[in-house]
Amino acid sequence: MNSDSLTRAYTLLLKRDLILAIRRRAEMLNPLLFFVLVTSLFPLGIGAYPELLETIGPGIIWVAALLAAMLSLDGIFRSDFEDGTLEQFLLSSHPVSVLVLAKVLAHWLITGLPLLLVAPLLGILLGLPADAIRTLLLTLLLGTPVLSLLGAVGVALTVGLRKGGMILSLLVLPLYVPLLIFAANAVDTAAAGLPVTAHLSFISALLVLALSLSPLATAAALRISLS
Amino acid sequence: MFNNFFHKLASPKYFYGFSGRLLPWLATGFILLTLAGLYYGLVKAPPDYQQGDSYRIMFVHVPSAWMSLFIYVVMAGAGAIGLVWRIKLAEVISISSASVGASFTFLALVTGSIWGKPMWGTWWVWDARLTSELILLFLYLGIIALHNAIDDKRIAARATAILAIVGVVNIPIIHYSVEWWNTLHQGPTVTKFDAPSIHLSMLIPLLLMAVAFKLYYLMVVLMRARCEVIERERNTGWVKQLVESQ
Repeated sequence: MNSDSLTRAYTLLLKRDLILAIRRRAEMLNPLLFFVLVTSLFPLGIGAYPELLETIGPGIIWVAALLAAMLSLDGIFRSDFEDGTLEQFLLSSHPVSVLVLAKVLAHWLITGLPLLLVAPLLGILLGLPADAIRTLLLTLLLGTPVLSLLGAVGVALTVGLRKGGMILSLLVLPLYVPLLIFAANAVDTAAAGLPVTAHLSFISALLVLALSLSPLATAAALRISLS
Repeated sequence: MFNNFFHKLASPKYFYGFSGRLLPWLATGFILLTLAGLYYGLVKAPPDYQQGDSYRIMFVHVPSAWMSLFIYVVMAGAGAIGLVWRIKLAEVISISSASVGASFTFLALVTGSIWGKPMWGTWWVWDARLTSELILLFLYLGIIALHNAIDDKRIAARATAILAIVGVVNIPIIHYSVEWWNTLHQGPTVTKFDAPSIHLSMLIPLLLMAVAFKLYYLMVVLMRARCEVIERERNTGWVKQLVESQ
């Protein structure tokens, strides 16, 4: 098995997942709607005081993004698990971690990237200054792949369970905490007009760590779930 | 010789007998060290010049916090050994550690909260170290929940091992959070590189209690592991023999 055929398998798998998603466009919109809805509930619940919203805005947007990503996680492996495709992946001669990476990338392109499109709008709704919105976009760009990568481990562990959804949130949310702290803090810092290089470096480090290690863990977890 | 010993220990039957003989010693050591630690900590050690007597909860709080991290690492390590070498006993140790670790984490949080009320004036602050300890508790609870959700014991053990290894990434973040965020929680006083800023009369009971807690953990984890081993091996000859002989 040479590297050419691995690249081919990777791109084919990516293309397949993207096509499947585009054929069901309505489902793609759901996490996005959820993201917008949850964020706009907060001013209704807390009261629309501009200073208050500006202070808690970054945190709200990030928590909403985190929940939106988590709710869409189940889709990464669910349908492939149900129709047996996942078993074929494990049987193929390609390293499972690379195939997993293709699936996670597809998931991020479908559910993570669109969040970036509406995030500036939400930033304006919550009255964030322009600098903070720029940082918000950067943190989302660097952070949402981490959500998908770490989430894939949790999904792989729970995909065989009948009531996996609730446990999935128990497994995955604690792992998201460092990212949430640094990302929301970065946006806060940017809103105060201070440099955020350190925060962004840290989030990038988390991304590199998750990118290099989590596909291995996901592959191992899939093997266990399907054994 | 060592290799031989570990090979024998990994067999459930030998482990059951060996741990049974070890337990009374561990229990004795735990009781003696706890009594000594409590005596030196509660009676002999002088009151703190700022905190008065209320600092004494540290003799329970600090060892519990240490144990909460230690047990997580042991759990992940044993889980990794179980995954790589397929040693059943490592899986058993790993999963038996989870609830003990969760209890120690809970104890650390509760004692910290009791200490925080007179010292900081509130039960809870969103300080970095407290938050990390809380996240650690959630990690433990997630592991226990996952283990309970999977019916097949062997698959459950391997799945939780993966989760524990993933969570271990969180341990350094917890440990260095004091330096990173540097908020309300006091900095480390025992492991500073220059002379520790804790007086010897307080350090000795603290260390006594720390060793006592380690022995307690060892004792409880062996007891739990023995139950688990018996349950897993219930269809083998030696367990049947054991049941009949009693």
